[in-house]
Amino acid sequence: MKNSVRKSSKNLRGQLTQFLGFLVLRLSVCFILFILLYFFYDIFINGHQTISWEFLSQPPRKGMTEGGIFPAIFGTFLVTLITTAIAVPLGMAAAIYLNEYARTDRLTRLIRLSIRNLAGVPSVVYGLFGVILFVNLLKLGTSVLSAGLTLALLTLPWTITASEEALKTVPDSYREGALALGATKWQMIRTNVLPYSLPGMLTGAILGLARAAGETAPIMFTGAAFYLPFLPASLRDQFMALPYHLYIMATQHHAIDKARPLAYGTALVLVVFVILFNLTAVILRSRLRGKWKN
Amino acid sequence: MRSVKKKGILADLREGLIHRLFQTSGLMVIAILLGIIALLLYTSVPAFREIGLREFLTSTRWDPTSPEKPEYGFLSMLASTIMVTIGAMVISFPLGVAVASYLSDVAAPKVREIVKPIVELLAAIPSVVVGFIGITLVGPLIARVFNLSHGLNALNGSLLLAIMALPTIISISEDSLNAVPVSYVEASLALGANPWETLIKVKIPAAASGIIASLMLGMGRAIGETMTVLMATGNARAFPSGFLQSVRTLTANIAIELGEVPYYSTHYYALFALGLVLFLITFFINLSADVILEKQKRKLQ
Repeated sequence: MKNSVRKSSKNLRGQLTQFLGFLVLRLSVCFILFILLYFFYDIFINGHQTISWEFLSQPPRKGMTEGGIFPAIFGTFLVTLITTAIAVPLGMAAAIYLNEYARTDRLTRLIRLSIRNLAGVPSVVYGLFGVILFVNLLKLGTSVLSAGLTLALLTLPWTITASEEALKTVPDSYREGALALGATKWQMIRTNVLPYSLPGMLTGAILGLARAAGETAPIMFTGAAFYLPFLPASLRDQFMALPYHLYIMATQHHAIDKARPLAYGTALVLVVFVILFNLTAVILRSRLRGKWKN
Repeated sequence: MRSVKKKGILADLREGLIHRLFQTSGLMVIAILLGIIALLLYTSVPAFREIGLREFLTSTRWDPTSPEKPEYGFLSMLASTIMVTIGAMVISFPLGVAVASYLSDVAAPKVREIVKPIVELLAAIPSVVVGFIGITLVGPLIARVFNLSHGLNALNGSLLLAIMALPTIISISEDSLNAVPVSYVEASLALGANPWETLIKVKIPAAASGIIASLMLGMGRAIGETMTVLMATGNARAFPSGFLQSVRTLTANIAIELGEVPYYSTHYYALFALGLVLFLITFFINLSADVILEKQKRKLQ
Protein backbone atom coordinates (compact mmCIF):
# COMPACT_ATOMS: atom_id res chain seq x y z
CA MET A 1 0.00 0.00 0.00
CA LYS A 2 2.64 2.43 1.12
CA ASN A 3 4.75 1.29 -1.75
CA SER A 4 2.09 1.98 -4.32
CA VAL A 5 1.48 5.47 -2.91
CA ARG A 6 5.13 6.26 -3.27
CA LYS A 7 5.08 4.87 -6.74
CA SER A 8 2.11 6.91 -7.83
CA SER A 9 3.55 10.09 -6.35
CA LYS A 10 6.74 9.48 -8.29
CA ASN A 11 4.61 8.87 -11.31
CA LEU A 12 2.80 12.14 -10.69
CA ARG A 13 6.06 14.02 -10.44
CA GLY A 14 7.23 12.40 -13.64
CA GLN A 15 4.07 13.50 -15.38
CA LEU A 16 4.47 17.01 -14.07
CA THR A 17 8.05 17.28 -15.35
CA GLN A 18 6.93 15.88 -18.65
CA PHE A 19 4.14 18.40 -18.84
CA LEU A 20 6.49 21.27 -18.02
CA GLY A 21 9.19 19.97 -20.37
CA PHE A 22 6.83 19.66 -23.31
CA LEU A 23 5.42 23.06 -22.44
CA VAL A 24 8.90 24.58 -22.83
CA LEU A 25 9.25 22.91 -26.22
CA ARG A 26 5.82 24.14 -27.31
CA LEU A 27 6.60 27.67 -26.16
CA SER A 28 9.87 27.65 -28.15
CA VAL A 29 7.95 26.80 -31.29
CA CYS A 30 5.33 29.47 -30.59
CA PHE A 31 8.11 31.99 -29.98
CA ILE A 32 9.71 31.32 -33.35
CA LEU A 33 6.39 31.36 -35.18
CA PHE A 34 5.53 34.62 -33.45
CA ILE A 35 8.81 36.24 -34.51
CA LEU A 36 8.40 35.12 -38.09
CA LEU A 37 4.81 36.33 -38.30
CA TYR A 38 5.74 39.60 -36.64
CA PHE A 39 8.48 40.20 -39.22
CA PHE A 40 6.00 39.69 -42.04
CA TYR A 41 3.36 41.75 -40.26
CA ASP A 42 5.75 44.67 -39.76
CA ILE A 43 6.87 44.67 -43.38
CA PHE A 44 3.30 44.37 -44.62
CA ILE A 45 1.90 47.12 -42.37
CA ASN A 46 4.64 49.57 -43.29
CA GLY A 47 4.99 48.57 -46.92
CA HIS A 48 1.53 48.05 -48.33
CA GLN A 49 0.72 51.75 -48.70
CA THR A 50 3.71 52.22 -50.95
CA ILE A 51 2.65 49.48 -53.33
CA SER A 52 0.85 50.84 -56.34
CA TRP A 53 0.91 50.30 -60.06
CA GLU A 54 3.16 53.32 -60.33
CA PHE A 55 5.61 51.90 -57.78
CA LEU A 56 5.86 48.64 -59.70
CA SER A 57 6.07 50.12 -63.18
CA GLN A 58 8.15 53.30 -62.83
CA PRO A 59 11.88 53.91 -62.36
CA PRO A 60 13.14 55.73 -59.23
CA ARG A 61 13.10 59.53 -59.44
CA LYS A 62 14.64 62.54 -57.66
CA GLY A 63 17.71 60.81 -56.22
CA MET A 64 15.63 57.72 -55.37
CA THR A 65 13.29 59.57 -53.01
CA GLU A 66 10.31 59.10 -55.31
CA GLY A 67 9.10 56.87 -58.07
CA GLY A 68 9.16 53.10 -58.32
CA ILE A 69 11.33 50.03 -58.55
CA PHE A 70 10.63 48.73 -62.05
CA PRO A 71 14.30 48.57 -63.17
CA ALA A 72 15.13 46.57 -60.03
CA ILE A 73 12.32 44.09 -60.66
CA PHE A 74 13.39 43.77 -64.28
CA GLY A 75 17.05 43.33 -63.34
CA THR A 76 16.32 40.65 -60.75
CA PHE A 77 14.15 38.85 -63.28
CA LEU A 78 16.91 39.01 -65.90
CA VAL A 79 19.71 37.83 -63.63
CA THR A 80 17.56 34.99 -62.29
CA LEU A 81 16.83 33.93 -65.87
CA ILE A 82 20.56 33.70 -66.58
CA THR A 83 21.14 31.79 -63.37
CA THR A 84 18.35 29.37 -64.29
CA ALA A 85 19.66 28.80 -67.79
CA ILE A 86 23.05 27.76 -66.40
CA ALA A 87 22.42 26.19 -63.01
CA VAL A 88 19.34 24.08 -63.75
CA PRO A 89 20.65 22.02 -66.70
CA LEU A 90 24.08 21.62 -65.09
CA GLY A 91 22.54 20.64 -61.77
CA MET A 92 20.27 18.10 -63.44
CA ALA A 93 23.14 16.61 -65.43
CA ALA A 94 25.32 16.25 -62.32
CA ALA A 95 22.41 14.69 -60.42
CA ILE A 96 21.74 12.22 -63.25
CA TYR A 97 25.39 11.22 -63.16
CA LEU A 98 25.38 10.73 -59.39
CA ASN A 99 22.09 8.85 -59.22
CA GLU A 100 22.04 6.87 -62.49
CA TYR A 101 25.60 6.32 -63.63
CA ALA A 102 28.05 6.65 -60.78
CA ARG A 103 29.10 3.75 -58.60
CA THR A 104 29.68 4.53 -54.95
CA ASP A 105 33.43 4.79 -55.11
CA ARG A 106 35.95 7.30 -53.88
CA LEU A 107 35.28 9.68 -56.78
CA THR A 108 31.55 9.96 -56.14
CA ARG A 109 32.21 10.41 -52.45
CA LEU A 110 34.53 13.26 -53.33
CA ILE A 111 31.87 14.80 -55.59
CA ARG A 112 29.26 14.59 -52.84
CA LEU A 113 31.68 16.06 -50.32
CA SER A 114 32.37 18.94 -52.71
CA ILE A 115 28.66 19.58 -53.14
CA ARG A 116 28.09 19.76 -49.40
CA ASN A 117 31.06 22.03 -48.94
CA LEU A 118 30.08 24.32 -51.81
CA ALA A 119 26.68 24.69 -50.16
CA GLY A 120 28.45 26.03 -47.06
CA VAL A 121 30.71 28.54 -48.80
CA PRO A 122 29.67 32.06 -47.69
CA SER A 123 27.88 34.04 -50.38
CA VAL A 124 30.37 36.90 -50.14
CA VAL A 125 33.14 34.44 -51.04
CA TYR A 126 31.19 33.55 -54.19
CA GLY A 127 31.13 37.29 -54.83
CA LEU A 128 34.92 37.47 -54.53
CA PHE A 129 35.30 34.46 -56.79
CA GLY A 130 32.99 36.08 -59.35
CA VAL A 131 35.06 39.25 -59.29
CA ILE A 132 38.31 37.44 -60.06
CA LEU A 133 37.02 34.85 -62.50
CA PHE A 134 34.17 36.44 -64.43
CA VAL A 135 34.75 40.18 -64.06
CA ASN A 136 38.54 40.21 -64.37
CA LEU A 137 40.02 36.98 -65.76
CA LEU A 138 37.28 36.27 -68.31
CA LYS A 139 36.90 40.01 -68.91
CA LEU A 140 33.11 40.01 -68.73
CA GLY A 141 33.27 43.19 -66.64
CA THR A 142 30.70 44.12 -64.02
CA SER A 143 27.66 42.93 -65.92
CA VAL A 144 24.42 41.07 -65.57
CA LEU A 145 26.19 38.09 -67.17
CA SER A 146 28.95 38.03 -64.53
CA ALA A 147 26.35 38.32 -61.76
CA GLY A 148 24.21 35.57 -63.29
CA LEU A 149 27.19 33.24 -63.59
CA THR A 150 28.21 33.94 -59.99
CA LEU A 151 24.69 33.20 -58.76
CA ALA A 152 24.61 30.06 -60.90
CA LEU A 153 27.66 28.69 -59.06
CA LEU A 154 26.05 29.57 -55.74
CA THR A 155 22.81 27.80 -56.69
CA LEU A 156 24.42 24.72 -58.21
CA PRO A 157 24.75 22.65 -54.99
CA TRP A 158 21.06 23.22 -54.22
CA THR A 159 19.85 22.29 -57.71
CA ILE A 160 21.99 19.14 -57.72
CA THR A 161 20.68 18.04 -54.32
CA ALA A 162 17.06 18.76 -55.25
CA SER A 163 17.38 16.99 -58.60
CA GLU A 164 18.89 13.94 -56.98
CA GLU A 165 16.06 13.78 -54.46
CA ALA A 166 13.62 13.83 -57.36
CA LEU A 167 15.48 11.05 -59.19
CA LYS A 168 15.41 8.92 -56.06
CA THR A 169 11.58 9.01 -55.96
CA VAL A 170 11.38 7.06 -59.24
CA PRO A 171 11.01 3.36 -58.33
CA ASP A 172 13.72 1.00 -59.54
CA SER A 173 11.10 -1.19 -61.22
CA TYR A 174 10.65 1.57 -63.83
CA ARG A 175 14.34 1.33 -64.66
CA GLU A 176 14.39 -2.47 -64.65
CA GLY A 177 11.34 -2.59 -66.90
CA ALA A 178 13.01 -0.49 -69.56
CA LEU A 179 16.30 -2.36 -69.36
CA ALA A 180 14.52 -5.71 -69.57
CA LEU A 181 12.89 -4.59 -72.82
CA GLY A 182 16.35 -3.98 -74.27
CA ALA A 183 16.59 -0.23 -73.83
CA THR A 184 20.04 1.28 -73.47
CA LYS A 185 20.84 3.21 -70.35
CA TRP A 186 20.21 6.59 -71.92
CA GLN A 187 16.94 5.39 -73.50
CA MET A 188 15.88 4.15 -70.08
CA ILE A 189 16.72 7.48 -68.45
CA ARG A 190 15.01 9.46 -71.17
CA THR A 191 11.78 7.48 -71.30
CA ASN A 192 11.36 5.99 -67.86
CA VAL A 193 13.21 8.20 -65.39
CA LEU A 194 13.25 11.81 -66.55
CA PRO A 195 9.53 12.22 -67.32
CA TYR A 196 8.67 11.10 -63.80
CA SER A 197 11.32 13.07 -61.97
CA LEU A 198 11.16 16.30 -63.98
CA PRO A 199 8.38 17.95 -61.92
CA GLY A 200 10.28 17.23 -58.71
CA MET A 201 13.48 18.58 -60.21
CA LEU A 202 11.75 21.76 -61.25
CA THR A 203 10.24 22.20 -57.79
CA GLY A 204 13.71 22.06 -56.28
CA ALA A 205 14.98 24.42 -58.93
CA ILE A 206 12.26 26.95 -58.07
CA LEU A 207 13.32 26.95 -54.42
CA GLY A 208 16.98 27.37 -55.32
CA LEU A 209 16.27 30.22 -57.70
CA ALA A 210 14.05 32.02 -55.21
CA ARG A 211 17.03 32.03 -52.87
CA ALA A 212 19.39 33.17 -55.59
CA ALA A 213 17.06 36.03 -56.49
CA GLY A 214 17.22 37.30 -52.91
CA GLU A 215 21.02 37.22 -52.68
CA THR A 216 22.86 40.52 -52.47
CA ALA A 217 26.51 39.91 -51.60
CA PRO A 218 27.39 37.90 -54.73
CA ILE A 219 25.98 40.49 -57.14
CA MET A 220 27.15 43.66 -55.39
CA PHE A 221 30.56 43.60 -57.05
CA THR A 222 29.85 41.55 -60.14
CA GLY A 223 27.21 43.66 -61.83
CA ALA A 224 24.50 45.22 -59.69
CA ALA A 225 24.35 49.00 -59.96
CA PHE A 226 23.37 51.62 -57.41
CA TYR A 227 21.21 53.45 -59.92
CA LEU A 228 20.80 53.24 -63.69
CA PRO A 229 18.71 55.60 -65.76
CA PHE A 230 18.10 52.88 -68.37
CA LEU A 231 17.36 49.15 -68.48
CA PRO A 232 20.19 46.78 -69.40
CA ALA A 233 20.21 46.39 -73.19
CA SER A 234 22.69 43.53 -73.37
CA LEU A 235 24.18 40.87 -71.14
CA ARG A 236 27.30 43.01 -70.76
CA ASP A 237 25.42 45.89 -69.13
CA GLN A 238 25.09 46.52 -65.42
CA PHE A 239 21.68 46.13 -63.84
CA MET A 240 19.61 47.16 -60.84
CA ALA A 241 18.40 44.38 -58.53
CA LEU A 242 15.69 44.25 -55.87
CA PRO A 243 17.84 43.05 -52.95
CA TYR A 244 20.65 45.49 -53.69
CA HIS A 245 18.12 48.28 -54.12
CA LEU A 246 16.67 47.47 -50.71
CA TYR A 247 20.17 47.60 -49.20
CA ILE A 248 20.77 51.03 -50.76
CA MET A 249 17.40 52.39 -49.69
CA ALA A 250 17.74 51.05 -46.14
CA THR A 251 21.24 52.37 -45.48
CA GLN A 252 20.98 55.69 -47.28
CA HIS A 253 20.97 58.40 -44.68
CA HIS A 254 19.88 61.55 -46.41
CA ALA A 255 16.13 62.09 -46.82
CA ILE A 256 15.48 59.07 -44.63
CA ASP A 257 11.82 59.97 -44.11
CA LYS A 258 11.26 59.81 -47.86
CA ALA A 259 13.42 56.76 -48.51
CA ARG A 260 12.03 54.61 -45.69
CA PRO A 261 8.55 54.01 -47.16
CA LEU A 262 10.15 53.11 -50.50
CA ALA A 263 12.47 50.70 -48.69
CA TYR A 264 9.50 49.07 -46.95
CA GLY A 265 7.72 48.77 -50.29
CA THR A 266 10.79 47.12 -51.84
CA ALA A 267 11.10 44.74 -48.89
CA LEU A 268 7.43 43.80 -49.21
CA VAL A 269 7.77 43.06 -52.92
CA LEU A 270 10.82 40.90 -52.22
CA VAL A 271 9.14 39.01 -49.38
CA VAL A 272 5.91 38.42 -51.31
CA PHE A 273 7.98 37.14 -54.20
CA VAL A 274 9.85 34.71 -51.94
CA ILE A 275 6.69 33.48 -50.20
CA LEU A 276 4.90 32.92 -53.51
CA PHE A 277 7.80 30.89 -54.84
CA ASN A 278 8.00 28.80 -51.70
CA LEU A 279 4.27 28.26 -51.57
CA THR A 280 4.27 27.09 -55.18
CA ALA A 281 7.09 24.68 -54.42
CA VAL A 282 5.45 23.36 -51.25
CA ILE A 283 2.13 22.76 -53.01
CA LEU A 284 3.81 21.15 -56.01
CA ARG A 285 5.86 18.94 -53.73
CA SER A 286 2.92 17.73 -51.68
CA ARG A 287 1.02 16.95 -54.88
CA LEU A 288 3.94 15.04 -56.28
CA ARG A 289 4.66 13.11 -53.14
CA GLY A 290 3.76 9.49 -53.46
CA LYS A 291 2.46 9.87 -56.98
CA TRP A 292 4.70 7.12 -58.29
CA LYS A 293 4.81 4.86 -55.33
CA ASN A 294 3.81 1.38 -56.39
CA MET B 1 22.96 -8.93 -89.66
CA ARG B 2 25.85 -6.70 -90.46
CA SER B 3 23.77 -3.54 -90.23
CA VAL B 4 22.54 -4.53 -86.81
CA LYS B 5 26.11 -4.85 -85.63
CA LYS B 6 26.99 -1.46 -87.07
CA LYS B 7 24.07 0.11 -85.35
CA GLY B 8 25.20 -1.53 -82.16
CA ILE B 9 28.61 0.09 -82.37
CA LEU B 10 27.11 3.49 -83.07
CA ALA B 11 24.71 3.13 -80.18
CA ASP B 12 27.56 2.11 -77.91
CA LEU B 13 29.49 5.15 -78.97
CA ARG B 14 26.56 7.39 -78.28
CA GLU B 15 25.92 5.78 -74.92
CA GLY B 16 29.56 6.23 -73.99
CA LEU B 17 29.50 9.84 -75.04
CA ILE B 18 26.38 10.58 -73.01
CA HIS B 19 27.92 8.85 -70.02
CA ARG B 20 31.03 11.03 -70.33
CA LEU B 21 28.89 14.15 -70.65
CA PHE B 22 27.07 13.48 -67.40
CA GLN B 23 30.28 12.48 -65.71
CA THR B 24 31.88 15.77 -66.71
CA SER B 25 29.09 17.74 -65.10
CA GLY B 26 29.60 15.70 -61.93
CA LEU B 27 33.34 16.31 -61.95
CA MET B 28 32.74 20.00 -62.55
CA VAL B 29 31.58 20.32 -58.94
CA ILE B 30 35.02 19.29 -57.72
CA ALA B 31 36.57 21.67 -60.25
CA ILE B 32 34.51 24.57 -58.91
CA LEU B 33 35.53 23.91 -55.33
CA LEU B 34 39.20 23.58 -56.30
CA GLY B 35 38.84 26.65 -58.49
CA ILE B 36 37.55 28.73 -55.60
CA ILE B 37 40.43 27.59 -53.38
CA ALA B 38 43.02 28.15 -56.09
CA LEU B 39 41.86 31.61 -57.14
CA LEU B 40 41.46 32.80 -53.54
CA LEU B 41 44.98 31.59 -52.72
CA TYR B 42 46.40 33.04 -55.91
CA THR B 43 44.86 36.45 -55.28
CA SER B 44 45.79 36.47 -51.58
CA VAL B 45 49.48 35.72 -52.01
CA PRO B 46 50.39 39.26 -53.16
CA ALA B 47 48.64 40.58 -50.06
CA PHE B 48 50.73 38.45 -47.73
CA ARG B 49 53.85 39.41 -49.66
CA GLU B 50 53.12 43.13 -49.58
CA ILE B 51 51.72 43.37 -46.06
CA GLY B 52 53.58 40.57 -44.36
CA LEU B 53 51.84 37.59 -42.82
CA ARG B 54 52.83 38.78 -39.38
CA GLU B 55 51.06 42.13 -39.56
CA PHE B 56 48.01 40.54 -41.16
CA LEU B 57 47.67 37.88 -38.48
CA THR B 58 48.70 39.80 -35.36
CA SER B 59 47.62 43.41 -35.78
CA THR B 60 44.26 44.61 -34.58
CA ARG B 61 44.34 47.72 -36.76
CA TRP B 62 42.76 47.72 -40.20
CA ASP B 63 43.22 51.07 -41.91
CA PRO B 64 44.03 50.53 -45.60
CA THR B 65 43.28 54.10 -46.69
CA SER B 66 45.47 55.85 -44.11
CA PRO B 67 47.64 58.41 -45.97
CA GLU B 68 50.64 57.96 -43.63
CA LYS B 69 50.77 54.24 -43.01
CA PRO B 70 48.11 51.85 -44.26
CA GLU B 71 47.55 48.99 -41.81
CA TYR B 72 46.15 45.57 -42.52
CA GLY B 73 45.53 43.60 -39.32
CA PHE B 74 42.56 41.25 -39.39
CA LEU B 75 42.25 40.50 -35.67
CA SER B 76 39.54 43.03 -34.81
CA MET B 77 37.31 41.72 -37.55
CA LEU B 78 37.99 38.11 -36.62
CA ALA B 79 37.11 38.91 -33.00
CA SER B 80 33.91 40.66 -34.13
CA THR B 81 32.91 37.70 -36.27
CA ILE B 82 33.54 35.26 -33.43
CA MET B 83 31.69 37.43 -30.93
CA VAL B 84 28.59 37.95 -33.05
CA THR B 85 28.54 34.24 -33.92
CA ILE B 86 28.87 33.07 -30.31
CA GLY B 87 26.10 35.45 -29.28
CA ALA B 88 23.90 34.04 -32.03
CA MET B 89 24.58 30.43 -31.05
CA VAL B 90 23.85 31.03 -27.36
CA ILE B 91 20.31 32.01 -28.40
CA SER B 92 19.87 29.80 -31.41
CA PHE B 93 21.18 26.44 -30.22
CA PRO B 94 18.86 25.78 -27.23
CA LEU B 95 15.90 27.17 -29.13
CA GLY B 96 16.70 25.12 -32.22
CA VAL B 97 17.16 21.87 -30.30
CA ALA B 98 13.89 22.53 -28.46
CA VAL B 99 12.01 23.00 -31.72
CA ALA B 100 13.68 19.94 -33.25
CA SER B 101 12.65 17.87 -30.20
CA TYR B 102 9.12 19.19 -30.48
CA LEU B 103 8.94 18.26 -34.16
CA SER B 104 10.38 14.80 -33.69
CA ASP B 105 8.74 13.77 -30.38
CA VAL B 106 5.79 15.94 -29.42
CA ALA B 107 4.02 17.37 -32.44
CA ALA B 108 1.08 15.56 -33.98
CA PRO B 109 1.78 14.66 -37.63
CA LYS B 110 -0.68 17.31 -38.82
CA VAL B 111 0.95 20.07 -36.76
CA ARG B 112 4.33 18.94 -38.05
CA GLU B 113 3.15 19.26 -41.64
CA ILE B 114 2.33 22.90 -40.94
CA VAL B 115 5.26 23.91 -38.73
CA LYS B 116 7.99 22.41 -40.92
CA PRO B 117 7.32 24.47 -44.06
CA ILE B 118 7.08 27.60 -41.90
CA VAL B 119 10.51 26.91 -40.44
CA GLU B 120 11.78 26.37 -43.99
CA LEU B 121 10.27 29.70 -44.93
CA LEU B 122 12.50 31.26 -42.29
CA ALA B 123 15.50 30.05 -44.28
CA ALA B 124 14.08 31.59 -47.42
CA ILE B 125 13.86 35.19 -46.21
CA PRO B 126 16.60 37.08 -48.06
CA SER B 127 19.37 38.18 -45.71
CA VAL B 128 18.99 41.78 -46.89
CA VAL B 129 15.40 41.74 -45.63
CA VAL B 130 16.56 40.44 -42.26
CA GLY B 131 19.15 43.22 -42.16
CA PHE B 132 16.43 45.73 -42.96
CA ILE B 133 14.39 44.40 -40.03
CA GLY B 134 17.53 44.86 -37.92
CA ILE B 135 17.64 48.52 -38.84
CA THR B 136 13.94 49.31 -38.54
CA LEU B 137 12.70 46.97 -35.82
CA VAL B 138 15.41 45.33 -33.70
CA GLY B 139 17.73 48.35 -33.62
CA PRO B 140 15.20 50.81 -32.16
CA LEU B 141 14.10 48.13 -29.69
CA ILE B 142 17.66 47.61 -28.43
CA ALA B 143 18.20 51.38 -28.25
CA ARG B 144 15.10 51.76 -26.07
CA VAL B 145 15.82 48.82 -23.77
CA PHE B 146 19.45 49.74 -23.11
CA ASN B 147 18.96 53.48 -23.42
CA LEU B 148 21.40 53.94 -26.31
CA SER B 149 21.45 56.51 -29.11
CA HIS B 150 21.12 53.72 -31.71
CA GLY B 151 20.80 49.95 -31.69
CA LEU B 152 23.20 49.00 -34.47
CA ASN B 153 25.62 46.81 -32.53
CA ALA B 154 26.88 43.27 -31.95
CA LEU B 155 23.76 42.31 -30.00
CA ASN B 156 21.54 43.27 -32.93
CA GLY B 157 23.67 41.14 -35.25
CA SER B 158 23.59 38.19 -32.84
CA LEU B 159 19.81 38.31 -32.49
CA LEU B 160 19.29 38.35 -36.25
CA LEU B 161 21.90 35.68 -36.95
CA ALA B 162 20.27 33.52 -34.28
CA ILE B 163 17.07 33.60 -36.29
CA MET B 164 18.90 32.91 -39.53
CA ALA B 165 20.81 29.93 -38.12
CA LEU B 166 17.65 28.36 -36.67
CA PRO B 167 16.46 26.49 -39.77
CA THR B 168 19.84 24.76 -40.16
CA ILE B 169 20.02 23.78 -36.49
CA ILE B 170 16.41 22.62 -36.43
CA SER B 171 16.49 20.48 -39.56
CA ILE B 172 19.83 18.75 -38.84
CA SER B 173 18.94 18.14 -35.17
CA GLU B 174 15.54 16.80 -36.12
CA ASP B 175 17.08 14.43 -38.65
CA SER B 176 19.47 13.15 -35.99
CA LEU B 177 16.67 12.65 -33.46
CA ASN B 178 14.61 10.81 -36.03
CA ALA B 179 17.57 8.60 -36.88
CA VAL B 180 17.68 7.17 -33.34
CA PRO B 181 16.50 3.54 -33.68
CA VAL B 182 12.98 2.84 -32.45
CA SER B 183 14.35 -0.01 -30.33
CA TYR B 184 16.13 2.53 -28.09
CA VAL B 185 12.87 4.36 -27.49
CA GLU B 186 10.89 1.15 -26.97
CA ALA B 187 13.43 -0.14 -24.48
CA SER B 188 13.27 3.09 -22.50
CA LEU B 189 9.48 3.17 -22.47
CA ALA B 190 9.31 -0.49 -21.50
CA LEU B 191 11.52 0.22 -18.49
CA GLY B 192 8.93 2.69 -17.28
CA ALA B 193 10.37 5.99 -18.45
CA ASN B 194 7.85 8.46 -19.78
CA PRO B 195 8.26 10.14 -23.20
CA TRP B 196 9.96 13.21 -21.69
CA GLU B 197 12.53 11.13 -19.82
CA THR B 198 13.05 9.08 -22.96
CA LEU B 199 13.68 12.24 -24.97
CA ILE B 200 16.12 13.74 -22.45
CA LYS B 201 17.93 10.63 -21.27
CA VAL B 202 17.88 8.39 -24.33
CA LYS B 203 17.15 10.15 -27.60
CA ILE B 204 19.13 13.37 -27.18
CA PRO B 205 22.25 11.57 -25.88
CA ALA B 206 22.00 9.06 -28.73
CA ALA B 207 21.65 11.89 -31.25
CA ALA B 208 24.24 14.09 -29.53
CA SER B 209 26.86 14.02 -32.25
CA GLY B 210 24.31 15.01 -34.89
CA ILE B 211 23.05 17.80 -32.67
CA ILE B 212 26.62 19.08 -32.25
CA ALA B 213 27.01 18.92 -36.02
CA SER B 214 23.88 21.05 -36.37
CA LEU B 215 25.45 23.61 -34.06
CA MET B 216 28.57 23.68 -36.20
CA LEU B 217 26.63 24.04 -39.44
CA GLY B 218 24.58 26.84 -37.87
CA MET B 219 27.84 28.50 -36.86
CA GLY B 220 29.16 28.17 -40.40
CA ARG B 221 26.04 29.85 -41.66
CA ALA B 222 26.34 32.71 -39.12
CA ILE B 223 30.04 33.31 -39.80
CA GLY B 224 29.45 33.57 -43.55
CA GLU B 225 26.36 35.77 -43.37
CA THR B 226 27.05 39.14 -44.93
CA MET B 227 24.17 41.51 -45.58
CA THR B 228 22.50 41.08 -42.20
CA VAL B 229 25.59 41.94 -40.16
CA LEU B 230 26.61 44.62 -42.63
CA MET B 231 23.31 46.41 -42.06
CA ALA B 232 22.70 45.71 -38.37
CA THR B 233 26.02 45.83 -36.52
CA GLY B 234 27.06 49.45 -37.10
CA ASN B 235 30.41 48.64 -38.75
CA ALA B 236 32.79 50.38 -36.32
CA ARG B 237 36.36 49.33 -37.05
CA ALA B 238 37.67 49.14 -33.49
CA PHE B 239 38.40 45.95 -31.56
CA PRO B 240 35.07 44.82 -30.07
CA SER B 241 34.66 45.52 -26.36
CA GLY B 242 31.08 44.50 -25.65
CA PHE B 243 27.80 43.40 -27.17
CA LEU B 244 26.44 46.94 -27.07
CA GLN B 245 29.33 48.25 -29.20
CA SER B 246 29.24 48.56 -32.97
CA VAL B 247 31.42 45.94 -34.64
CA ARG B 248 32.60 45.11 -38.12
CA THR B 249 32.86 41.44 -39.12
CA LEU B 250 35.06 39.88 -41.81
CA THR B 251 32.14 39.55 -44.21
CA ALA B 252 30.89 43.09 -43.64
CA ASN B 253 34.36 44.52 -44.18
CA ILE B 254 34.74 42.76 -47.53
CA ALA B 255 31.31 43.99 -48.60
CA ILE B 256 31.99 47.58 -47.56
CA GLU B 257 35.44 47.95 -49.08
CA LEU B 258 35.40 45.81 -52.21
CA GLY B 259 33.14 48.28 -53.97
CA GLU B 260 35.52 51.19 -53.70
CA VAL B 261 38.92 49.54 -54.02
CA PRO B 262 41.03 49.80 -57.22
CA TYR B 263 41.63 46.38 -58.84
CA TYR B 264 45.04 44.79 -58.18
CA SER B 265 46.04 47.18 -55.37
CA THR B 266 47.40 45.97 -52.04
CA HIS B 267 44.01 46.76 -50.53
CA TYR B 268 42.26 44.63 -53.18
CA TYR B 269 44.54 41.68 -52.50
CA ALA B 270 44.07 42.15 -48.75
CA LEU B 271 40.30 41.81 -49.14
CA PHE B 272 40.81 38.50 -50.93
CA ALA B 273 43.05 37.44 -48.06
CA LEU B 274 40.11 38.13 -45.73
CA GLY B 275 37.95 36.08 -48.09
CA LEU B 276 40.47 33.25 -47.89
CA VAL B 277 40.38 33.35 -44.09
CA LEU B 278 36.59 33.28 -44.18
CA PHE B 279 36.57 30.41 -46.63
CA LEU B 280 39.03 28.37 -44.57
CA ILE B 281 37.06 28.88 -41.34
CA THR B 282 33.72 27.85 -42.85
CA PHE B 283 35.35 25.05 -44.85
CA PHE B 284 36.82 23.37 -41.78
CA ILE B 285 33.68 23.84 -39.74
CA ASN B 286 31.53 22.31 -42.48
CA LEU B 287 34.00 19.51 -43.10
CA SER B 288 34.10 18.54 -39.41
CA ALA B 289 30.31 18.65 -39.20
CA ASP B 290 30.21 16.40 -42.23
CA VAL B 291 32.59 13.88 -40.69
CA ILE B 292 30.56 13.84 -37.47
CA LEU B 293 27.29 13.27 -39.35
CA GLU B 294 28.78 10.45 -41.45
CA LYS B 295 30.10 8.74 -38.33
CA GLN B 296 26.73 8.98 -36.62
CA LYS B 297 24.96 7.62 -39.67
CA ARG B 298 27.21 4.58 -39.67
CA LYS B 299 26.85 4.08 -35.91
CA LEU B 300 23.06 4.17 -35.90
CA GLN B 301 22.61 1.94 -38.92
